[in-house]
Amino acid sequence: MRQRLRRLRHPRGALPYLLLLPALALELLIHLVPMVVGIVMSFKQLTQFFIRDWSAAPWTGLGNYRMAVDFSAPVGQSLLNSFWTTCCFTILSVGLSWLLGTAAAIYMQDAFRGRGILRALFLVPYALPVYAAVITWSFMFQRDTGLINHVLVDQLHLMDEKPFWLIGDNSFTALVVVSVWKSWPFAFLTLMAGLQNIPRELYEASSMDGAGVWQQIRKITLPSLRPVNQVLVLVLFLWTFNDFNTPYVLFGKSAPEAADLISIHIYQSSFVTWNFGVGSAMSVLLLLFLLLVTAVYLFLTSRRRDADA
Amino acid sequence: MRTSRVIAATALVAALTVTATACGGGSDTGSGGGNSAPKSLTYWASNQGTSIENDKQVLEPELRKFEQQTGIKVNLEVVPWSDLLNRILAATASGQGPDVLNIGNTWSASLQATGALLPWDEATFAKIGGKDRFLPSTIASAGAPGKDPAAVPLYSMAYGLYYNKKMFAAAGIDKAPATWDEFQADAQKLTKDGKYGLAIEGGNVSENVHHAFTFGKQNGADFFDASGKPKFDSPEAVKAIKQYVDFIAKDKVAAPGNAEYSNNQTLSDFATGKAAMIMWQSAGANLKSQGMNPEDYGVAPLPIPAGATGDKAIKSMVAGINLAVFKNTKNLDGSLQFVKFMTSNEEQKTLNSTYGNIPPVKEAGKDPVFATPDLTTLNDVLATSSAPLPQVANESQFETLVGTAVKNLLAAAAAGKPVTEDSVKAELTKAQQQMPAS
Amino acid sequence: MPKAPVSPMAPPASFKWSRRVFLLLLSAFVLTPLFVMISSSMKPLQDVQGAFSWIPSSFTLQPYVDIWTTVPLGDYFVNSLIVSVSATALSVVIAIFAAYAVSRYRFRGRKLFTVTVLSTQMFPGILFLLPLFLIFVNIGNSTGIALLGSRGGLILTYLTFSLPFSIWMLVGYFDSIPRDLDEAAAVDGCGPLRTLLKIVVPAAVPGIVAVSVYAFMTAWGEVLFASVMTNQTTRTLAVGLQGYATQNNVYWNQVMAASLVVSIPVVAGFLLLQRYLVAGLTAGAVK
Repeated sequence: MRQRLRRLRHPRGALPYLLLLPALALELLIHLVPMVVGIVMSFKQLTQFFIRDWSAAPWTGLGNYRMAVDFSAPVGQSLLNSFWTTCCFTILSVGLSWLLGTAAAIYMQDAFRGRGILRALFLVPYALPVYAAVITWSFMFQRDTGLINHVLVDQLHLMDEKPFWLIGDNSFTALVVVSVWKSWPFAFLTLMAGLQNIPRELYEASSMDGAGVWQQIRKITLPSLRPVNQVLVLVLFLWTFNDFNTPYVLFGKSAPEAADLISIHIYQSSFVTWNFGVGSAMSVLLLLFLLLVTAVYLFLTSRRRDADA
Repeated sequence: MRTSRVIAATALVAALTVTATACGGGSDTGSGGGNSAPKSLTYWASNQGTSIENDKQVLEPELRKFEQQTGIKVNLEVVPWSDLLNRILAATASGQGPDVLNIGNTWSASLQATGALLPWDEATFAKIGGKDRFLPSTIASAGAPGKDPAAVPLYSMAYGLYYNKKMFAAAGIDKAPATWDEFQADAQKLTKDGKYGLAIEGGNVSENVHHAFTFGKQNGADFFDASGKPKFDSPEAVKAIKQYVDFIAKDKVAAPGNAEYSNNQTLSDFATGKAAMIMWQSAGANLKSQGMNPEDYGVAPLPIPAGATGDKAIKSMVAGINLAVFKNTKNLDGSLQFVKFMTSNEEQKTLNSTYGNIPPVKEAGKDPVFATPDLTTLNDVLATSSAPLPQVANESQFETLVGTAVKNLLAAAAAGKPVTEDSVKAELTKAQQQMPAS
Repeated sequence: MPKAPVSPMAPPASFKWSRRVFLLLLSAFVLTPLFVMISSSMKPLQDVQGAFSWIPSSFTLQPYVDIWTTVPLGDYFVNSLIVSVSATALSVVIAIFAAYAVSRYRFRGRKLFTVTVLSTQMFPGILFLLPLFLIFVNIGNSTGIALLGSRGGLILTYLTFSLPFSIWMLVGYFDSIPRDLDEAAAVDGCGPLRTLLKIVVPAAVPGIVAVSVYAFMTAWGEVLFASVMTNQTTRTLAVGLQGYATQNNVYWNQVMAASLVVSIPVVAGFLLLQRYLVAGLTAGAVK
């Protein structure tokens, strides 16, 4: 049933390298070299005084890193805080987006009336410019005049007093909602494409064996989606973790503590204050963390895949 | 085998990096400036009008005038506020930027510290008619004290207390409050039936810090000492910020919902009569677009503590836009000519009146165009009782940290949590500790 | 095709009901902000931030007229379209080649390549913005190719943004295409490139469409790099929309109207592509 990974053997051929060349060259130019420059920056005291002439910026060794991870001082403390907030936010947002995307893709696998319209509708949040989408949500979350409180308090009477959504602790909820709204269609789209590759015969065979729909979903659909899911979840994870636009448009320059994501934090530590040394150090730490998570993730998911095969 | 490949890859990346950094940055031209391209100029204007297109319509005829006078063609780009600082940053880091550009005047000292802008010494100032032509407070907002300014004032503004005439009349108040005691009494009277005496933009960090600064001055607080060290949590600063937060916390003259305002809802509240007063600068155009006409409101200076004089009677920060010359310009003489043109009495009058600002050039300010009651009031504030925000290299950190601290306090107040001197002090201490050491 | 007795074509009532409820709730979640956007785009400015009511008290289409003059929306749209389409096309083609190599060949450096390319996605964009800017300046100074402020520079940047995941996702899709097909083609005398174009690509159409949509949207919505690397003639929509927010006034109704207007072609494009997503259904079933 499962395709064994049989690869064509051209061990000495140059073809695979040629195929990779354009991708590699571009990544090198646009990502890797700037990234290495960024790492170099993290060892420098690159403040606004030296921005015009980087080579003159004094080396600080690990000074920037020490500042970033000194968790007893306010700078390190707030970074740590922001880091945990981002972790919680990412897990929630990715989890919910994935769940909605999977459920919608599976429910819409078979034709029914209105499927085409729904499918188009569900992709709209993904197609809207981020700025407008998030601004709209911020209107909805306004305490006195927003739709959310209007529905919750005035119409459903679930609460006595109108809560704040854009400041204070609820801002975390608001951020998760907006983020899920924006990213679940991507999960939906990817999984929908993934579903198309599951051979019909599998379902037919299992139907013959008397398996019900739910059982088929569990036994055929979900396992078949695993390769797609492996990429999708990681994509969503990295995306959400580094998401800058959503919190920036929703909260402006200073996010409430409860929703202080690491991307905003680093933006503030580098662009707002023009202290690129510390900002780079934070980014490098973030990079290391994400590399570690990705490595562990790939190790675990690949092992499971191999074990299944 | 494997290691050698990794080493090779690393070496390649490193080599590319060295090339990139070696020729990157550092495009320092030493003395700066030259005249290798005397026939054209690139000018980055900030967005002052009702839209970017509107700015182009306003500026282009003036630039044509300049071209006729000097033969220098000005390539105008109006850069939106959302991009301007990042564009300047990229230009600074790469040395590739405009010849002349607008900057927010609160950025002056920060940008000055980068060394990317042409310093305006006496000799340079002489080329545009001298420093004395400008209001001293506006010159003070063009760079760190004791240094040659990094820019020249272009447009100016001051905060004023906008009040709704009808609501004042209905509450039996016949004039704008001049002291905070009077303000309290009036605001309490006006706060009733779901309407409030005051609206503040509590979720907007910049607005918060501007008010923190003014209230601070009135309470005798400076956020930086003479040597430039931050001192955010002095008792005076605590008092000042508590006074501001108490609008929501204790006095309850501003709606709790104000704590999250950051999209100009303050102006909407004022225009729709939900709030009777606001502290704002250049609100006219916006109010008009929301259906409130100039005759419906009055503009007065911000109240001060009773009997205050000198620094304690400061009523506004110096708000405005400065014009700077990029040190790497290839047309230094032309740039100076252009600055001279833009700060000439004639252009100052035209541009400031179009944009609803006050000219920082004294002579131009005497023109009858600026003699409306509102502008006279604000002009007077600007000339006599305004002070620039701290002109320190770390201004933007200060703005972000203190502004956020105030935002957090307002949020706490709005959620019904008590705001005490201790809690205010704690927030400010935390903000101060996050300031960089330098 | 013989119809199975209990095929997924005729799901049980429990499935149907849960589907109805789920899709209804989901539609509400998706639609509500769209409703707010549409209704805000048809309100006079002073009503936009007023108290919420489901049915707006006043109605105007003026914002849809004003959007074109407040900012050069048409120019921004064309810029965005050129940049996004070019970046998508290039990125997808390059990714198809790379993914084919990774999926079908075992070669030295395969792991290294995958890990390196993937790791580029983990560095926050804000940090390599400045180095990249400098590199572009240097390329411009030494070769005379102006990448800054040009669409070309932005296309190059965006295509690398979507490249790593495009490669990775395509490897996933390619892996799920039976290798028997390749081998059959090889037996028929097809070279590797022909096999790729004739067998693998057609079978992976749904995946390629999904990846294209991803690449397109990555370029379409990017703000930070566009804000620094474009000027007034090359500014893209994502950045340009902020032009409705001026210093003293934010034209909320126009922001909404403009967003809706510029999204219509994109959504229409999605609708057209859907055909291919569905077409993949048969392609994937061929065995």
